[in-house]
Amino acid sequence: MKKILGIFGLLVAICVFTSLKSPNFLTAYNIQNLIRWTALFGIISIGVAFVIITGGIDLSIGSVIGLTGSIMPFLLVKHGWSVGPALAAVIGLSVLIGLAHGLLITKLKLQSFVVTLCGLLIYRGLARWGTGDKTMGFGSDYDGLRKLATGKIPVPGVESFTIPMPCLILLILAILAAIFLNKTIWGRYMLALGRNREAALYSGIDTDKMEILAYVICSTCAGIGGLLFALDINSVQPSGHGSFYELYAIAAAVLGGCSLRGGEGSILGVVIGAAVMRVLYNSINILGIPTQLEFAIIGIVILLGVIADELVKRYAAKRAAIVQAKVAESS
Amino acid sequence: MSDTKTPLLEVRGMSKRFPGVRALHEVSLTLGHGEVLAVLGENGAGKSTLMKILAGVQPADSGELLLDGKAVIINSVQAALDHHVALIHQELNLADNLSVAANIYLGRELLKFGLLDRQAMMAGTRVELKKVGLEVTPGALVSSLSIGQQQLVEIAKALSINAKVLIMDEPTSSLSAQETQRLFTVVNDLRDRGVSIIYISHRLGEVKELADRVTVLRDGENAGDLHRDEIDHDAMVRLMVGRDVSQFYARKQHVPGEVMLQVEDLVTSAHPQHELNFSVRSGEIVGLSGLVGAGRTEMLQVLFGVDVALAGQIRVAGEVTDFSSPRDAIGAGIALVPEDRKAQGLVLGMSVTHNIGLPGLRRHQRPCGFRNGEQEDRDTEEMIRELRVRTPGPGQISQYLSGGNQQKVVIGKWLSLRPRVLLLDEPTRGIDVGARQEIYALMEDLAAKGVAVLFVSSEMEEILGMSDRTLVMHEGRISGELLRDELSEQAVMHLATGGSAA
Repeated sequence: MKKILGIFGLLVAICVFTSLKSPNFLTAYNIQNLIRWTALFGIISIGVAFVIITGGIDLSIGSVIGLTGSIMPFLLVKHGWSVGPALAAVIGLSVLIGLAHGLLITKLKLQSFVVTLCGLLIYRGLARWGTGDKTMGFGSDYDGLRKLATGKIPVPGVESFTIPMPCLILLILAILAAIFLNKTIWGRYMLALGRNREAALYSGIDTDKMEILAYVICSTCAGIGGLLFALDINSVQPSGHGSFYELYAIAAAVLGGCSLRGGEGSILGVVIGAAVMRVLYNSINILGIPTQLEFAIIGIVILLGVIADELVKRYAAKRAAIVQAKVAESS
Repeated sequence: MSDTKTPLLEVRGMSKRFPGVRALHEVSLTLGHGEVLAVLGENGAGKSTLMKILAGVQPADSGELLLDGKAVIINSVQAALDHHVALIHQELNLADNLSVAANIYLGRELLKFGLLDRQAMMAGTRVELKKVGLEVTPGALVSSLSIGQQQLVEIAKALSINAKVLIMDEPTSSLSAQETQRLFTVVNDLRDRGVSIIYISHRLGEVKELADRVTVLRDGENAGDLHRDEIDHDAMVRLMVGRDVSQFYARKQHVPGEVMLQVEDLVTSAHPQHELNFSVRSGEIVGLSGLVGAGRTEMLQVLFGVDVALAGQIRVAGEVTDFSSPRDAIGAGIALVPEDRKAQGLVLGMSVTHNIGLPGLRRHQRPCGFRNGEQEDRDTEEMIRELRVRTPGPGQISQYLSGGNQQKVVIGKWLSLRPRVLLLDEPTRGIDVGARQEIYALMEDLAAKGVAVLFVSSEMEEILGMSDRTLVMHEGRISGELLRDELSEQAVMHLATGGSAA
């Protein structure tokens, strides 16, 4: 909980700083955009959080986004599929990708870094080849479907401000994910095996199944994210759609309290982490900081966050050891 | 056996604490020139800590170390080596992908024009190997040597830095009878050359054969010394245990019930050439002895479903089982307290509650996989109370508990599931005496309630004290079975090193 407060404090600090420096930050338009993009990135970050919690990594997210984002308009516009089957096909494909990753990692005991790095290359290649590497959009026939990404939910009593639809999708996904992680036995299994796979196995946990599930969740979230990103911008370049998004997602998860050593993480933290990433990006633009510095600034902020987290952790460990020593002495 | 006035090495009032544990308290020790000093003590008595301090692996909190009468400070392994003090770990520390010569010169390679001088190192290695009577070529890969040979390489490595003090931590725990004899010859030979040796062992027979003097530690303190002519089994045990042995190992007579665990023609992948056959009755405590590497842990892992059996049958309460995972084994009523508590027993970063609750989550789950947190809390509270786990609360991260309390948490994980068969692998390794006694009492208590208990131990006194019946393994097969009235250190060692049943 303290961790979340820390990252939330960072978010507030960046917002306050930027809004003091520029009047363009706290406008309804800018905030709505921020929320929409935070929601889109939040969805893929929640996915990768599960993989990171089990002690793995997924580098293929950006390419899965590229693949689903290109295939959806391809099926709808080029091949005239109706929306239902096309959605099912795209989500099904994402599930299968996650399943393949999970099976390779658990049954063949390949490293997740390697498997998903290959995935990154493969799915990008397939997306470009399958769609003829042409930029694609949904045209104007699918405005209903596009509402999933561009829709606005009015706030009663407020005229100038609406809540972007992806925010609602994120909210639903985040609540489901948080319940899964914190309230079900499977969430606990993932936390346990992320910290110590062997001890989890020796406690009778089907560690392979849980790990596979984490990769399926991750790829599915990436698939959904890819779809929403495509619907949002309505112009998908198979060669670039979603590139590097895995890194944003991983960064958001780490900022939000997931340890790449596994076994740690909270869904709320990850969502706030995604918000920090977007707000930071937005601030750099609004404040007129040279965009060449964009990556450097984001990198530095993440690094500082992780360092602070490590220091806090050490302090807490020392405290716990002292408390334990007192108990031992008194008994 | 020299009687030089100033001892070669003297430890005065050494103390060391770990969080929650007093590992050493004002311990003193002397080692003469060319003396073999056996340091004895049960698990958790402080032997390893003391040796690690001497070898510079850990710093002491307080106390003095004198070499040839001069106070020295050893604060790193390098400093220890500079003072010619070398430690040979029980688990050998060789890079087995490298050659014998490369290992002997590791970290202080001989150079010629800035490049490795292979020839000089080979020649130097040959000299060192000769001293320990090991006939392998210096270019041989360490992985191609037997454990006994690797140990001699370690000794040669220590000699190559002119070690004056050689600390050997349970050197025979994985050696065959032959290799053990060879090691003894080397040790005697080194003594004659004036090398002083601190020899740690659980095998009192060996100590009697080798040692010039015995220093016994108990609960992190000096328990007493024995001179050459005072060394006998009973005297050593008295000092180590410090109380009436029969009281320490609280065994009561009870009549064993039905066969609970029956193993028939079991073949493990670790030793596929042997079939294992034995049974454990309800209410019986069976000890499983043998050398390190005899296949005991591997067998327990098959019984617990971690490894799959190649052939054979495991019956629990008469029913044939078919395990492919620990989950299946747990379902059949088997529980394992594994050898490596920190790697396999506990998720160290999680709380006491989460660890104790882990194996039972599935059994107690609510619809749709929801966790039954109340049940988890209740079980944990019950276990903390029943097992007397010393923790500030159920939310404490298990990493910060002392070894004995961690082990109680591991046992607590299983007790709430009411297992029918309890397997324990080295249950008291690294645990202080108080907690050990509690764990013995617990084993006794469970047996009295009808649980079939099978425990692996490398500690002779534990086997002798706790077993109703002892199985001994040697190189993957069960080389014999000893009933309570046949049980003795000699009989166990005879079987463990490859002798046949009498």
